[in-house]
Amino acid sequence: MSAAEEIVVEGQAVEAVPKRAMTLGTGTSLVVLAVLLLVPLVVKNFIIFQMTMLLIYGVAVLALNILTGGSGQFSLGQSAFYAIGAYTSAILMETFGVNYALTLPIAGIICFGAGFLFGQPALRLSGVYLALATFALATAMPQLLKLGYFEKWTGGVQGLVVEKPDAPFGLPMSQDMWLYYFTLVITVAIYVASINLLRSRSGRAFMAIRDNEIAASSMGVNVALYKTLAFGVSAGITGVAGALGAIAVQFVAPDSYTITLAISLFLGMVVGGVGWLPGSFVGSAFIIFVPNIAESVSKGLSGAVFGVLLFLVIFLVPHGARQVAIVGQQLAARLRR
Amino acid sequence: MTAMLNVKDLRAFYGQVQALHGLNFSLDEGSLTTLLGANGAGKTTTLRAICNMVRSTGAIEFEGAALLGRSTENIVRLGIAHVPQGRGTFTAMTVEENLQLGAITRRDRTGIVADIERMYDHFPVLKQRHTQQAGTLSGGEQQMLAVARALMLRPRLMLLDEPSFGLAPLIVRDLFKILGKINREDKVTILVVEQNAQLALELADQAYVIETGRIVMSGGAKEIANNEDVRKSYLGY
Amino acid sequence: MELFTNQVLAGISTGAIYACMALAVVMIYQAIDHLNFAQGEMAMFSTFISWQLMQWGVPYWFAFVLTLGFSFIGGIAIERVLFKPLAKAPILTNVAGFIALYSIINSCAGLIWDFTIKQYPTPFGSSPFLGSQLISTHQAGMIGITLLMLLGLFFFFRYTRIGLAMRAAASVPESARLVGINTSWMIALGWGMAAAIGSVAGMMIAPVVFLEPNMMLGVLIYGFAAAVLGGLTSPFGAVIGGFLVGIFENLVGTYIPGVGNELKLPIALALIITVLVVKPAGLFGRPIVKRV
Repeated sequence: MSAAEEIVVEGQAVEAVPKRAMTLGTGTSLVVLAVLLLVPLVVKNFIIFQMTMLLIYGVAVLALNILTGGSGQFSLGQSAFYAIGAYTSAILMETFGVNYALTLPIAGIICFGAGFLFGQPALRLSGVYLALATFALATAMPQLLKLGYFEKWTGGVQGLVVEKPDAPFGLPMSQDMWLYYFTLVITVAIYVASINLLRSRSGRAFMAIRDNEIAASSMGVNVALYKTLAFGVSAGITGVAGALGAIAVQFVAPDSYTITLAISLFLGMVVGGVGWLPGSFVGSAFIIFVPNIAESVSKGLSGAVFGVLLFLVIFLVPHGARQVAIVGQQLAARLRR
Repeated sequence: MTAMLNVKDLRAFYGQVQALHGLNFSLDEGSLTTLLGANGAGKTTTLRAICNMVRSTGAIEFEGAALLGRSTENIVRLGIAHVPQGRGTFTAMTVEENLQLGAITRRDRTGIVADIERMYDHFPVLKQRHTQQAGTLSGGEQQMLAVARALMLRPRLMLLDEPSFGLAPLIVRDLFKILGKINREDKVTILVVEQNAQLALELADQAYVIETGRIVMSGGAKEIANNEDVRKSYLGY
Repeated sequence: MELFTNQVLAGISTGAIYACMALAVVMIYQAIDHLNFAQGEMAMFSTFISWQLMQWGVPYWFAFVLTLGFSFIGGIAIERVLFKPLAKAPILTNVAGFIALYSIINSCAGLIWDFTIKQYPTPFGSSPFLGSQLISTHQAGMIGITLLMLLGLFFFFRYTRIGLAMRAAASVPESARLVGINTSWMIALGWGMAAAIGSVAGMMIAPVVFLEPNMMLGVLIYGFAAAVLGGLTSPFGAVIGGFLVGIFENLVGTYIPGVGNELKLPIALALIITVLVVKPAGLFGRPIVKRV
């Protein structure tokens, strides 16, 4: 085998989403918000719970979107940060009696740190190599959580049970409903902050790195800083999602945070449209509901049905839900004339 | 003389941007034609459109066969060799493997071996380096290799995209001499896209000048070279 | 010291499994420039087919060859039907496709043959090889077959026209089209070959890990790791990588305290990644020069 060099022209592995297309229009956003605010008032608690999970996974997918769609770094390891967030929250609540709301920023900061730290060695890896590294992180996490060494905090294989909070000030709503609105507020806050991040100077730095790392570096972008920052931010947001998840599901256990979760989040990002933040919630809906649909179609072949449905989606909209949104926008424009 | 290549109303698009706005031209069999114009005028796009490497509409006919619906590799198999901009060398492979690749669609093993020897005669430097990795060759040598690779196809028509790019003038002169020889002796019809108008006009019989996706001038190479207005407005000298 | 040598040797024999799988991984990487997560499942499915043939009375080597042929055709068919339409789609969408394929194959295998573990025969017998307690005749046979495949691939790529065409299509697709190569079919061919190689890997591995639908997951990951370690452009590197990964895995399990079976995988991966941080193109890969 020759030892000559392989010259690689840096192509775009992750395609750019034009800035004006980054969000839904103001009108659509308001409609969606209205739906999200009003629906829980008319449905059963279990549906409210599912909607809460939709928001939570949506936030996790959004975090991945910032990392991959924003800064162009692949990650199959988000489940690790989700787990850290979840366990942080659970341990703080159960062992130290911290108020549930306070656990969120703490989980976020700890995960930000973890992500930032992980981003350092990841600097030298990209593409398939980075995918492998994050994959290793994801597979390691459940095992680390089961280690006897940490058992007195983590509860070992059985995990920890978490108390669901009551609505504050004696508000007349169920625990599920309160948790839903609490999650909604946080989700909207994170969503708005993320959009602003991507539109800011840092966001532009991320995208410059995604599109052409060498060019970005030669223009003075501190590539190392921004790449690790992207990892940190993404991990932090995922950690908050994990914390919310722990509270919503009311327990944490190592086997809830396996590579399957990381893969699901990845699929959620693709189905929603890479780099398109609103799509995160479409993707989240996909990963929550479609496996259930698959199982109801055929218990024995649920995996196959899921795979077929996934193929259908990616054949019809290879660029994810964003494509549907674009078509929708074009139709709307035509109707306005 | 019959027209070997007939291009009618060719429009080409890069995404939403239209690069060619209805080109009409033809190449006679056995001719050596040059397509001139400034940067961004559409010269490369024209060659790419002939090989279906860019989305186009219109009609392109080569020896009676319509080209526009065919895949690039099928167009090549009809006998059209394209030396692209940047040469497109298989840098990871040896010089000899590059030549073999030029003939990959041919079945006549003895013919291929004989042709490789002929290429080494045309371009002795390639023979010297024939087991070397193509990526280690200099720019001029890679250009010779690209031309040789194209010739291995035994093409009826050869398209060259800015062969003089980045090469020292002496090397360009040698290269053009060889192109002339190939045109006359091997009867290969040639279409050369060039920015170096002066040299190209010395070599060619026919010339077209293209500007922002339209042909603005056509005629014999000598007339165009002698036409001071044309030279000043379109060719910059 | 003796423990060390023993573990190294044991690692080489398990490493043969990973080397085999790594060859299939490199094969497909050469064709399509990415890793196919469903390859392990395809190998598993092929192995089940061979098992089924043998259940119906077909003798081993006959079933082996039939399975090879079926896998080759199957690989081409999957590429033409499922991945050719995605050729222009973004890479990440293709990756989602691999995941979907994984899910489909795993589920179908479970339904057709269920999840109980089955014994799978070896043509090499399982007595100690040359009297050694560490390598059985089967493992020696497995190493032999892997080396044979490697040799075959080497000749294929170096000395055949189609091999040359495939290399060209993978390295500079546009130039390959300009010499008349149908790059789309080269990709299909790459898939077929990768599927065939994977089926051999599966049939060699099954006697050791036993046949069941989830048998290939760990193997595939180690196979990826081995391929990446060896350098994704080098079949030779893949094989060496496979052996090294086997050795790492064994040594980690033996010498690092408190590491059970579950942690072996992430630690082995971590070690590989450390190598990559130092040598980003892998041990035998061509150093990658990035150009703007």
